[in-house]
Amino acid sequence: MDNTGDGITGSASGKEAGSTLARIPDHLAPWWKRALLNWESMLLLVAATIFMINSFASPYFLDPWNLSDATFNFTEKAMIAFAMALLIISGEIDLSVASIIALVSTAMGFAAQLGVGIPGLVFVAMCVGLLCGAFNGFLVTIMGLPSIVVTIGTMSLFRGISYIVLGDQAYTEYPADLSYFGQGYVWWVISFELVLFLVTALIFGILLHKTRFGRTVTMIGNNPTGALYSGIRVKRVKFILFLLTGVMSAVAAICLTSRLGSTRPSIAFGWELEIVTIVVLGGVNILGGSGTIPGVVIAAFVLGMVTFGFGLLNVPGIMMSIFVGLLLILVIALPRIWARLASG
Amino acid sequence: MNLIYSQSPHMTTSESAASMPHLGPHIKPNLEQDLEPVLQVSGVTKEFPGVKALNNVSLELYAGKVTALIGENGAGKSTLVKVLTGIYQPDSGEITLGGDTKVFNTAHAAALEGITAIHQETVLFDELSVAENIFLGNAPKGRFGLIDKSSMKAKAVALLKRVNADIHPDTPLKELGIASKHLVAVARALSVESQVVIMDEPTAALSLKEIEELYTLVEQLKQEGKAILFISHKFDEVFSIADFYTVYRDGEMVGSGAISNTNQDELVQLMVGRPVEQVFPNRLSIIGDEVLRVEDYSHPTEFADISFRLNQGEVLGFYGLVGAGRTELMQALFGITKPSAGYLHIEQQQVAIRSPEQAIAKGIVYVPEDRGNQGTIKDTPIFHNVSLPSLAKTLKHKLLNPAAELALTREYTERMELRAAALDQHVNKLSGGNQQKVVISKWLATKPKVIILDEPTKGIDIGSKAAVHHFTAELAAKGMAVILVSSEIPEIIGMADRAIVMRDGRIRAEFSKQEMTPEALVQAAAGIGSAA
Repeated sequence: MDNTGDGITGSASGKEAGSTLARIPDHLAPWWKRALLNWESMLLLVAATIFMINSFASPYFLDPWNLSDATFNFTEKAMIAFAMALLIISGEIDLSVASIIALVSTAMGFAAQLGVGIPGLVFVAMCVGLLCGAFNGFLVTIMGLPSIVVTIGTMSLFRGISYIVLGDQAYTEYPADLSYFGQGYVWWVISFELVLFLVTALIFGILLHKTRFGRTVTMIGNNPTGALYSGIRVKRVKFILFLLTGVMSAVAAICLTSRLGSTRPSIAFGWELEIVTIVVLGGVNILGGSGTIPGVVIAAFVLGMVTFGFGLLNVPGIMMSIFVGLLLILVIALPRIWARLASG
Repeated sequence: MNLIYSQSPHMTTSESAASMPHLGPHIKPNLEQDLEPVLQVSGVTKEFPGVKALNNVSLELYAGKVTALIGENGAGKSTLVKVLTGIYQPDSGEITLGGDTKVFNTAHAAALEGITAIHQETVLFDELSVAENIFLGNAPKGRFGLIDKSSMKAKAVALLKRVNADIHPDTPLKELGIASKHLVAVARALSVESQVVIMDEPTAALSLKEIEELYTLVEQLKQEGKAILFISHKFDEVFSIADFYTVYRDGEMVGSGAISNTNQDELVQLMVGRPVEQVFPNRLSIIGDEVLRVEDYSHPTEFADISFRLNQGEVLGFYGLVGAGRTELMQALFGITKPSAGYLHIEQQQVAIRSPEQAIAKGIVYVPEDRGNQGTIKDTPIFHNVSLPSLAKTLKHKLLNPAAELALTREYTERMELRAAALDQHVNKLSGGNQQKVVISKWLATKPKVIILDEPTKGIDIGSKAAVHHFTAELAAKGMAVILVSSEIPEIIGMADRAIVMRDGRIRAEFSKQEMTPEALVQAAAGIGSAA
């Protein structure tokens, strides 16, 4: 029975055309063109520009410790942004991530009150994150509900539980050593969070760009029906992505709780939009189907540096929001304006 | 005026001519004198890239009469409807309405002139109420140009009464069944005082009782003097309600006349009788062992009691009309939908297939009819499409290996004679035929045992068609088992070793290569003659 697929060449039609047909090249453009003319290169240019503006604008910007502090502006959000990028590429979204942080942090505080140690707290955090992700994933993939609606719902639900547990109180009694996750330094100015951010960037980069799973994520986002008809288990992949987002939210929650040393129900309030902003600025198509992890990494740096630079210049927070909003619209509009000009 | 006539420009091949009844002009004097056509289509041609969908066709519709438009799938019926309703503009030719030449640049223009179409899938709006649907775009205006709701409702009630529909005008349309939706569509037709009503396979989704009601309605429309174009595949319908017929074949008009002057055999002949213009590959079939055996496969709604066998090296044709359940059956075999009963044996081993992933693993692959949505993932590179089901084979240290993917893609696309600028070109930049080659390459790379081709040549150019046909023959010659679902009779007869005909979700007939004739296939598919 091994005669089905192999050796089908050599028929009449194959011979005739084989000689006349020009060999199709592998790639349309040479590798350097593909490497340079893409979103990430453009974004890197923006990052470099902002870096230069910042260093001219403030003499304190280039101080290593200041720069190190600046990374805390984005490391936790970016870790979630990696998982969110995969989810958005697959055509779904999770707006409940900040509320998962609140719920995870609350669970950690509750457990810490009972005297649970650091490994136990990490375990509790991971379990709660997984459960939240599984709940979202269940509603979206098995019940077939739209993820934007489901996660707006769970956004209220998860943080609501946190409010019920805490009210206007806060958990502040954490083991002293927990602070390492959010405040520790691995070497000189290199914080534990920065290292964790780089490691997760590497893991998610490999997952999206170098594994079969990552390829299926992109293909599903392009056309879920086509992916299903190509033998991809679409629902399973999406469910795993919701789990991953839940887990990364838990990781961010551990870091944030450790950095703040306390848990209030309003913790990480509004982060979901900042995280989506990082993802979209990173060149991920909000409609799904395309995007890269390097883009998200650079976008995180860009937003972090903008926040930090504005802070050094004493620019009010509301200006910051306006700037980020404009930047977001600009980066989404630019490619389309470009395409329109190019097509005449 | 030569009102009623038949022509048979291609009836010269000896086979067809021998079995043809006399097709000279049938002229009924009494009809000729009385009737002036309300709508006259003359010399209309509509060309799409690579296909002449309509070639110099004509059609005449008369007040108070039903004209049936008959033809195979792809004969140009739907294109004509779209020309008449202003969706397509003809390349040449003329449409006259009540003696005046008309040009319909938009669907709205056609509607204003009083041409209304009722489609198989009625184009109405589920979220709107019945009254809103009836008067959409044409609502009675009150002060300030706002919609006068009370007068709209009152008029809707009157119209619904005229079509004997017991429906409240405020009912949201989505709560109605298909038959009631048709009634609403007819009420809509009456509201704009249509002169011409086009019914495009209106009974395709109706039950027997609902069909009866529709017939009453058609009678009523006739009495109100509407000119009706009735498109149907079902001969019993045509003979029970039509006054005239017009037959299209391959985008040309091949005959027309009064129903009373013709019979089923003649119409079938007109529909299918064509010169053998397509050359199919000469196949020497070497049928091997059984690969696939389907026993009593059933689905809650789409098909029932399907049993058949498929052998190595065999091309098994599946013929039937649109809606016969062929695609649904194939999707169940491929694991997209789950059967409610039945067994599947692959190489004598019973298997259960519940997902496409399992189907591929068991060696069954499916080239879908809906190439753009189901077959390819369009905005991604060719090689990503081709390697997708075979990624496991190309991995290196468990990571993606683009070089191996490109090599795999090259191996199979070269066999298919794919034409592309590069293997990382996006699929949506390719022509329909080349997209199809990408889909087939994708499946060949998985080394399947059974390949299901669902309308593989639909909407692709002649050259790519021939390539697909040659390749189908080659696959069978190499021992693969092929299921060929096609609505094109020449394709079934030219390619298949055996043909199964489905109608209403069941297998109605099976023909060997020797028994296959266009007439037999059409009769079995439409449920007429001895095969029914």
